[in-house]
Amino acid sequence: MVACRAIGILSRFSAFRILRSRGYICRNFTGSSALLTRTHINYGVKGDVAVVRINSPNSKVNTLSKELHSEFTEVMNEIWASDQIRSAVLISSKPGCFIAGADINMLSACKTLQEVTQLSQEAQRILEKLEKSPKPVVAAINGSCLGGGLELAISCQYRIATKDRKTVLGVPEVLLGALPGAGGTQRLPKMVGVPAALDMMLTGRNIRADRAKKMGLVDQLVEPLGPGLKPPEERTMEYLEEVAITFAKGLADKKISPKRNKGLVEKLTAYAMTIPFVRQQVYKKVEEKVRKQTKGLYPAPLKIIDVVKTGIEQGSDAGYLSESQKFGELVMTKESKALMGLYHGQVLCKKNKFGAPQKDVKHLAILGAGLMGAGIAQVSVDKGLKTILKDATLTGLDRGQQQVFKGLNDKVKKKALTSFERDSIFSNLTGQLDYQGFEKADMVIEAVFEDLSLKHRVLKEVEAVIPDHCIFASNTSALPISEIAAVSKRPEKVIGMHYFSPVDKMQLLEIITTEKTSRDTSASAVAVGLKQGKVIIVVKDGPGFYTTRCLAPMMSEVIRILQEGVDPKKLDSLTTSFGFPVGAATLVDEVGVDVAKHVAEDLGKVFGERFGGGNPELLTQMVSKGFLGRKSGKGFYIYQEGVKRKDLNSDMDSILASLKLPPKSEVSSDEDIQFRLVTRFVNEAVMCLQEGILATPAEGDIGAVFGLGFPPCLGGWSRRLGKQLTLAWSPCCISFNELLFLYSGPFRFVDLYGAQKIVDRLKKYEAAYGKQFTPCQLLADHANSPNKKFYQ
Amino acid sequence: MTTILTYPFKKLPITSKWALRFAIRPLSCSSQLRAAPAVQTKTKKTLAKPNIRNVVVVDGVRTPFLLSGTSYKDLMPHDLARAALTGLLHRTSVPKEVVDYIIFGTVIQEVKTSNVAREAALGAGFSDKTPAHTVTMACISANQAMTTGVGLIASGQCDVIVAGGVELMSDIPIRHSRKMRKLMLDLNKAKSMGQRLSLISKFRLNFLAPELPAVAEFSTSETMGHSADRLAAAFAVSRLEQDEYALRSHSLAKKAQDEGLLSDVVPFRVPGKDTVTKDNGIRPSSLEQMAKLKPAFIKPYGTVTAANSSFLTDGASAMLIMAEEKALAMGYKPKAYLRDFMYVSQDPKDQLLLGPTYATPKVLEKAGLTMNDIDAFEFHEAFSGQILANFKAMDSDWFAENYMGRKTKVGLPPLEKFNNWGGSLSLGHPFGATGCRLVMAAANRLRKEGGQYGLVAACAAGGQGHAMIVEAYPK
Repeated sequence: MVACRAIGILSRFSAFRILRSRGYICRNFTGSSALLTRTHINYGVKGDVAVVRINSPNSKVNTLSKELHSEFTEVMNEIWASDQIRSAVLISSKPGCFIAGADINMLSACKTLQEVTQLSQEAQRILEKLEKSPKPVVAAINGSCLGGGLELAISCQYRIATKDRKTVLGVPEVLLGALPGAGGTQRLPKMVGVPAALDMMLTGRNIRADRAKKMGLVDQLVEPLGPGLKPPEERTMEYLEEVAITFAKGLADKKISPKRNKGLVEKLTAYAMTIPFVRQQVYKKVEEKVRKQTKGLYPAPLKIIDVVKTGIEQGSDAGYLSESQKFGELVMTKESKALMGLYHGQVLCKKNKFGAPQKDVKHLAILGAGLMGAGIAQVSVDKGLKTILKDATLTGLDRGQQQVFKGLNDKVKKKALTSFERDSIFSNLTGQLDYQGFEKADMVIEAVFEDLSLKHRVLKEVEAVIPDHCIFASNTSALPISEIAAVSKRPEKVIGMHYFSPVDKMQLLEIITTEKTSRDTSASAVAVGLKQGKVIIVVKDGPGFYTTRCLAPMMSEVIRILQEGVDPKKLDSLTTSFGFPVGAATLVDEVGVDVAKHVAEDLGKVFGERFGGGNPELLTQMVSKGFLGRKSGKGFYIYQEGVKRKDLNSDMDSILASLKLPPKSEVSSDEDIQFRLVTRFVNEAVMCLQEGILATPAEGDIGAVFGLGFPPCLGGWSRRLGKQLTLAWSPCCISFNELLFLYSGPFRFVDLYGAQKIVDRLKKYEAAYGKQFTPCQLLADHANSPNKKFYQ
Repeated sequence: MTTILTYPFKKLPITSKWALRFAIRPLSCSSQLRAAPAVQTKTKKTLAKPNIRNVVVVDGVRTPFLLSGTSYKDLMPHDLARAALTGLLHRTSVPKEVVDYIIFGTVIQEVKTSNVAREAALGAGFSDKTPAHTVTMACISANQAMTTGVGLIASGQCDVIVAGGVELMSDIPIRHSRKMRKLMLDLNKAKSMGQRLSLISKFRLNFLAPELPAVAEFSTSETMGHSADRLAAAFAVSRLEQDEYALRSHSLAKKAQDEGLLSDVVPFRVPGKDTVTKDNGIRPSSLEQMAKLKPAFIKPYGTVTAANSSFLTDGASAMLIMAEEKALAMGYKPKAYLRDFMYVSQDPKDQLLLGPTYATPKVLEKAGLTMNDIDAFEFHEAFSGQILANFKAMDSDWFAENYMGRKTKVGLPPLEKFNNWGGSLSLGHPFGATGCRLVMAAANRLRKEGGQYGLVAACAAGGQGHAMIVEAYPK
């Protein structure tokens, strides 16, 4: 959701917008001539109610920009001055979006802290005026109402929202490393209570309309309408406006009270929060959790708590001042810049750069009902794709279908779906053991075991039964697509689609094109991926593509570090404290030791010494003893159903002892260990760009950030934090590091940390271990000319 | 009225139309047409079809329709159904043994009498050799019962059918919760004391929470009243329009009742109570009174209220339908032919109650008629808002083009021919029984007011709909 936030900011200069707002234009404009020059906001008067319409020109979403801000001030002043008007309704002309937040470009364009603080203060001022408006203002919300949009809405006297799936309310600023800077930190706690407000601000979660009503964030709900005499969306907006006007009139006539009846629990909470001691305890508790979560290194959450505290303990004036100052400080941090950059990257990766495919994929077939196959099926059926899930054995098929059902059923438990919707979605899935129905398939995605000869066999089998237009996509993490396509009769229709496990949680999809892959095939694959809700990077074919290739040398280093006698638990804590979502040893267990071995061997053969380091024998021995990681119950750790605590697998001691290497003391400090891992990753990523595997650094960063995160399993309050972040930004969820590695991606990391410093590190390790650490040419170039940046 | 409506059970519209195909008998119906002031010439003289048997309604009756919780409240559904059957026997004097088959519609089923048709027939003294079955299709259950009968006759399987419907909203099956049911069933199977004790130890107080019958559409969990309110909003039907329409329905029903036009009603002597002779939900009020009511579903700003919705009703209906030659051979003077009929279905969420809009043009096309050929419209009135939304949909080119795949709008039924003797809003709506009432109203109106064709249409839960052409039997 954050996603759609800042698109469309690009062009806001055209003045044609008023003409485009079909249907909703009010006829009797007051002060006509001045209005026509407004491009973001216009208003009309119905009876004695002013209907203010927000419509950022040439954009799918409304964003709070300077222009919008000044036009809003103008319009409100006119409304306040008019004798004819007694109340107002604030509504968007765009059916899917109220206001999606502040214009991110406007924030990134600010050069100084003062500039940002001033923006915040201006917004605070007008919203304060709005809050104290003598004429009641009703916010009529349909679609996303986020960030500054929500802050605007809660400054109004009354809020009415449509109970639509698209209608979400939230303050996601924290996900961009900032805080709600237009009075939100002050108003939200008063409106929904301190605990709920902190939860919203610290997690950035989106709140659906019905939940918002329960919380007291909105006062009335309006049901979306079906078709009538106009298209449903259009009529729903009209209806929302009609209802809002009724309420505006009621408020002006004092027939309706803007005060809400609070429930018992709410009253009790509110009462408890009046006791200073309880308040202190709440702040303390929340702060502790945030500190633990962020290791104290991520600045935004702590500042949010601080600002809220200031407002409550020292009064609103101090609160507003603190809010604007901290907002300025946060926006200027590297963390915020990195997250905003990531956000832009993500927006980019949500577009199909190949254009619309000639034929929409409606029938999908998936080969292999394993974890991946079933995961792909799950994200496909719930988007309405008719999906065949084929496996070789009934047991495998059953397991896969059960996985899909469970995934959907979990959503029912969370009330994101009704049981009826689940059933009707599940009926899009056909499980089978043969190739029946493949003649209708528009795309086949194979997710069989990573074995070239097996993949060749299924490719040939499938090509015998599918229609000519059908695309064959291979879900592989390392096998070169061109080798798979070598046996194809129609290599232009073969493409790689590398999903990440678990497919329903991991947002990334790496699409791999070969020399022969046609443009339309690529367009289709991207279209399917976007439909499945993925963030997509498109890379060229090569061993390990991009994500696996960057990970492999780092994994090799993990093995070497373990061989040097570092305890897996210590290694895990070193890597997580550097910003990786899971520890390196745990990562191997999660991926599967056999898979890691497979990949290490394959890529080791191709890239030779550069991918060396650790002894692959370690993995071989683990596999031979059946230590395959989580899936077999044992890896570096022991995994038991229902047991959260992870114990080291003591049987590993003998294996590690037999392969022990002497540590080199000059490169074995904690920091060195962290950097040995990271620099190998970064170096390989830059090399991928140098070799053209990657088209842009942005894709490289998105791939690293979204592909390497694992869903967190944290407890309590922090689990909620984790959940939200997983949805929005999967990997940042775990811990945030001063070095920004994980939430900026390798390229932005180089820009922010400095290419020279990285090259220095690499050279130091090169001296100790040799070629594996030789900086690649592009990285060296960047080190040599400090002005060179991946992001200008 | 208020109380009645607040329980949004599924309101099902009932319409029954039969399209019968009969081989023979070109009917000359001209004479009666002249009686009507309509200048319009009918596009068709009759809807008889070659090589298909004509199906006729000999007569039909219903018990008085009562607000639920009144005089019928101690009965069981089969009691009501039996009353309708004995009323029919009395009215038509049909020998019980000639009835080939009995079909009833019902919606909320009493578990003990799930085949309520059979229980009622046995109690009413029908031969135990006459099979009976029960159908359910929400508010068009009775319509389904009739059309099933039409099918059996037209295909030559049967000659004489009794079709009807029943609903008793005064008593509804309230169940134990699933957890409690499971516990009780498991207890049944437990063999030892130990097993029993361990099962009993799993008991929790919340197991005792009862489970009410669904008051909502299963697929969307939305109550029908809520959907009707949204539908009215989608078509921009105002509260005032709805109240006016409801008032019209009550006024017309009152007039019809006073003038004795509701001749299908048979008195019912309720055991242990007084004889009930007429419908008790007809209450013409004033617009001012109605305007005072609060919205019943979408609060606080919705437009559907207790006063402009149909109320929960107890009642039963039954009718005797026969192959035309059989009826004539037995010396009957039939009331009407059941002609072409049509079932439709659409989106159960946003178009739940638009069945009549979809079904009407289709059944007219099938019969080769136009809107102008229809002399009596009998539409099921679940809610004022639903009827008015259907009107607006039928009158909209945009809707016809975008949702019905038609080039032009369906066209509006003329209000002066529409539900002239009241409708479900005022007479009541026992879900399973309304279909027969609609057909009998159409048939009786054609006889009384003159005219040849009647159109019956109804919407039903699940987003389904039905329409049927009723043709007056020549006098």
